[in-house]
Amino acid sequence: MTAAIVGFWAVAVVLLAASLAVVLLPNLFHSVLFLAVALVATGVIFLFLEAPFLFGVQLLLYAGGVVVLVVFAIMLTERIVGQRIPQASHGLINGAIVATAVFIGVAGFLLQAGPAPAEKPSGGDTTVALGRAFLGPYAVPLELLGVLLVIALLGALYFARED
Amino acid sequence: MPGLSAYLVVAALVFAIGLFGVLTRRNAVGILLGIELMLNAVNINLVAFAHLHGDVTGLLFALFTIAITVAEIAVGLAIVIVIFRVRRTIDADRLDLLRG
Repeated sequence: MTAAIVGFWAVAVVLLAASLAVVLLPNLFHSVLFLAVALVATGVIFLFLEAPFLFGVQLLLYAGGVVVLVVFAIMLTERIVGQRIPQASHGLINGAIVATAVFIGVAGFLLQAGPAPAEKPSGGDTTVALGRAFLGPYAVPLELLGVLLVIALLGALYFARED
Repeated sequence: MPGLSAYLVVAALVFAIGLFGVLTRRNAVGILLGIELMLNAVNINLVAFAHLHGDVTGLLFALFTIAITVAEIAVGLAIVIVIFRVRRTIDADRLDLLRG
């Protein structure tokens, strides 16, 4: 019981440190590498929440697909002209104020909401339940999601084509 | 297992960090990275509540947001590359064609 809690907080510290590195590092390429770390840490948090299928999806789509896409975009936009684009952030203080205000708002709501109700057992493997839901009541949204992905990728190709 | 509020606090922190990145980064790709962090925090909340209620619907919505985020990042990066081809910069402060 305590081992799980210690493990969770260790993963949470890794997630928060990697997130801070994503937004603060001056080199955008390093930011992307730390984004991969943050996404994998999020996947491990999904494992703590008994959602192993989401862990797999997180690794395949985010840590695999998105990170590779972003690295390509950085390579294409930084190296074409042969000079490095400065990654200077600005308005650090204003950004910190707004972000802190949003966090305080959410945390205040959490404090005000009181204790969470008792956990209900999920009753077996969530992956099996997910598969049944996707082929049962959520079959149409799943198909629409497939159509959306095709449209988005065709649109991206259309934008990025040479003409 | 840690309680629900632990997950919610971590997710809120990641969301705030992502918002900070969106507000302070001037590179368009950096802004997209901040948006990724924010959506990631939302997914943690969805999965945490699904676990609390023993209901698989939250996981379904998390899967939908993950897939839609991938579509969003693909289109977003394509737009960034087109902007770079046309304007030779992806500094968000200099992309002000639509400013009145």
